[in-house]
Amino acid sequence: MSAALQSQINGRVAELAAQLAATASRPWTLMEVCGGQTHAILRWGLDQLLPPGLRLIHGPGCPVCVTSAERIDAALELAVRPEVILCSYGDMLRVPGGAAGHDLLGARAAGGDVRLLTSPLQAIALAQACPERQVVFLAVGFETTAPATALLLRQARALGLTNLTVLLAHVRVAPAMAALLQEPGNQVQGFLAAGHVGAVMGTAELGQLVRRHRVPVVVTGFEPVDVMAALLRLVQLLEAGTPALANAYGRVVRQQGNGAAQALLKEVFAVVDQPWRGLGPIAGGGYELVAAYRDFDALLRFDLPPAAAAPPPEPLASPCISGLILQGRALPPDCPAFGSACTPERPLGAPMVSSEGACAAYHRYRRPAP
Amino acid sequence: MSDCIQLAHGGGGTLMQQLINQELRALYADPTQVLHDAARLELPPGPLAFSTDGYVVQPLEFPGGDIGSLAVIGTANDLAMAGARPLHLSVALLLEEGLPLALLRRLVASMAAAARACELTIVTGDTKVVERGKADGIFITTSGIGAVQAPTPIHPTAIRPGDQLLLSGDLGRHGVAILAARHGLALVPPVLSDCAPLWPQVRALLEAGVRIHCLRDLTRGGLASALHELAEAAVVELAIEEARLPVLEPVARTCELLGFDPLHLANEGRFVVVVPPQARDQTQTLLAASGGAWIGSVRPASKGARVLLTTSFGTERLLLPLSGELLPRIC
Repeated sequence: MSAALQSQINGRVAELAAQLAATASRPWTLMEVCGGQTHAILRWGLDQLLPPGLRLIHGPGCPVCVTSAERIDAALELAVRPEVILCSYGDMLRVPGGAAGHDLLGARAAGGDVRLLTSPLQAIALAQACPERQVVFLAVGFETTAPATALLLRQARALGLTNLTVLLAHVRVAPAMAALLQEPGNQVQGFLAAGHVGAVMGTAELGQLVRRHRVPVVVTGFEPVDVMAALLRLVQLLEAGTPALANAYGRVVRQQGNGAAQALLKEVFAVVDQPWRGLGPIAGGGYELVAAYRDFDALLRFDLPPAAAAPPPEPLASPCISGLILQGRALPPDCPAFGSACTPERPLGAPMVSSEGACAAYHRYRRPAP
Repeated sequence: MSDCIQLAHGGGGTLMQQLINQELRALYADPTQVLHDAARLELPPGPLAFSTDGYVVQPLEFPGGDIGSLAVIGTANDLAMAGARPLHLSVALLLEEGLPLALLRRLVASMAAAARACELTIVTGDTKVVERGKADGIFITTSGIGAVQAPTPIHPTAIRPGDQLLLSGDLGRHGVAILAARHGLALVPPVLSDCAPLWPQVRALLEAGVRIHCLRDLTRGGLASALHELAEAAVVELAIEEARLPVLEPVARTCELLGFDPLHLANEGRFVVVVPPQARDQTQTLLAASGGAWIGSVRPASKGARVLLTTSFGTERLLLPLSGELLPRIC
C-alpha cells in the first residue's frame, strides 16, 4: 500500500472515530456477526478507538466454530478408512470433534488420507485421478462457500462420478441472527452483518430480520474503514430510534445478491433445521441435499447415522465456555481455560482453532504476558 | 545410465561411482575432492562459525529457487548471522528411488551456482538412496564453516534497551512462493522467493564499522517468530511499527485472500539487525538499497518479554509467533 493511501485511510479512520464519539449519547451493545470482522477489529485494535460506552460482542460467524462435533466425528471416522480420501478446507483440519484432541490432522498422522483443498472443484480432479478410492469432501461454511459446493456437485453429477460424496455441514447466517435475538437475556441491540454472505444472498433476508425483530442491521466488509463506517451508521440508526437495514459495503453487496450463486443453491440444496455447535438447533439454519443429489450424500453412501435434531451437550468436565462465547454472552478471556488448558496448539473448543474464531483472535492479539 | 535414481545408485558399486563422477562432480570447486573421504582445509586465523541445517521443502522447485539453492544459501545465511564470512560447506544428499535424474541435475547445477553466489566452496559430501516412499524426492543436509569477521560477539544477550531494530528488505515472498506452488495458486505474475545470500549486506555493515549487537534471519515463522525468539532470549520488549514494515502489494493481497499474516510467512533472504541507537541512521542508509527499513526499538521488559506492534491507526496489539501449521482459511 502506498504511503499516501495509508495516510488517507488513517485520516478516515480517525475521522470516523471522532464522529462515533460525537454521535453516541449513551451505551450501546453491538454484535459483529462475522469472525472475519472480529479478527479485523482485534488485528487493527479498532475497539481501542471506540467511545467508552460502545460495547462490541463477537458473533457466531465462524463456520468452522459452529460445525457440529457430530459431523466432525463422522469425518474422522471416514478419514481413517483405507478407501477414503477425506478433503476439506485448511482450518477445518484442526477442529476437535466430540473428544478434545481428536482432529483431522491427528487422523492424517494416524495414517488417514486427509487432503487440504482451496477450492471444492479440486475434489473432482482428485476423484478422476483416483478411481479406486472414495473422495469425501467435508463441506463447511456459510452461504459464501455453499455455492462452490453446489457447483462441485453439479459438475460431479454431469460427469457421472460415482466415487465422490460430500459430508454436508453448510450453515445459514440469517436464521442464527434471529435465534440470538430470541434468546432470553439477549443483549444485542444492533448487528454488523457479514459482507461476503451479503454478496451472495443479497439483503432481502436481513430486511426481514429488521422488520420482524425491529433491530438495525448494517452490512459491511472487513477493512478498518468498512468496520468503522458501519459502526457509525449503526449508532446513528440506534440514536435515531430507526430499526433499518443499511448497506455500508455497496462496492461488493447488491440488494439482489449473486443470482447465479442463488440458483445453484436452489438446484442442489433444501433448507433444513440444523444444530450449530455452541448454539444448539437453529430453525432453517442449514442445508440438505435435494432428492436429485442424494446419491452424493456421504452419510448415505457410508451408512452413517443422520444428524441428530439436537447435538449432545459438550462434556460437562470440560471448562470450555465456547457456547457462551459463540452466543456473545462471554468474552474469551472470561473462560477459565483460555490461554492455559486451551491454546491454538491444543484447542478445547472450536473458536480457538479457526482463523475466524473469537478465542483465536484474543489469543493472537491480546494474550496477556505470562 | 537410466533416467531415474535407482537403489543401486547408493549401493557403493559402479552406478554409485557413475552418479558421483558424472552428476555430482559439478558441486565441487575442486573436482578431485570427490576422490577422497574427507576434505583438508586451510582456515584463516581467528574465531570460526559452524552451522548445520536440513532441507525438506516441497515442492522441490518453486518460483525463484529450489531445494538445492535453499540448502546452500540457508546454511551460508546462518553463518552470516554470526557475523561470519561463509567459507566451506558439506552436502549430504538423501535421494528417493525414482527421483528423475534430470531434476537431480538441475538441483546440482543450482547448488553449484548458489555456492558461487555465496563465494563459498563445497568441499565434502555424501549420497544415500532410500526406497521409494521412504523420502520425499530429495532431502539435503548441509553444514558450513565461516570465518567470524565481527569484532564483538553477535548474540541475543548483547541486545540492550534503547537498541534499534532494522529489517533488511520486504517480507513474506518466500512463503507466498511456496504456498502458491503447494496449493496450485497461479499468481500472475508469480511471486518469486526472496532466497538470497545475506553475507554481502552483513559485510557492508561490518566494513562500515556498524557495531552489530544481534542478527537474526527470518526463516520459518517469519518476522513474528524471529522477533519473539530475540525478545525471549534477551528478556526485553520489542516495539515495532506496522506502517514501517515493507510488504509488497502481491504478498499483501495473497495473504488477505488466504487469511495469512505476512509477518508469519517464511523468508530466505531477509534478516533483522539490532544496533545501538547511534548506529541507526547509518544502518538504515546501508540497508535502504535492498528495501530495508527501520522498524522499531528495544525497551525494558516491564511487562515481560514480548513483541508489541503499533498499527497505523496508533492502536496496539501483541505480535505472537505462528501457532501450529499455516493453513489457508475457509472464507
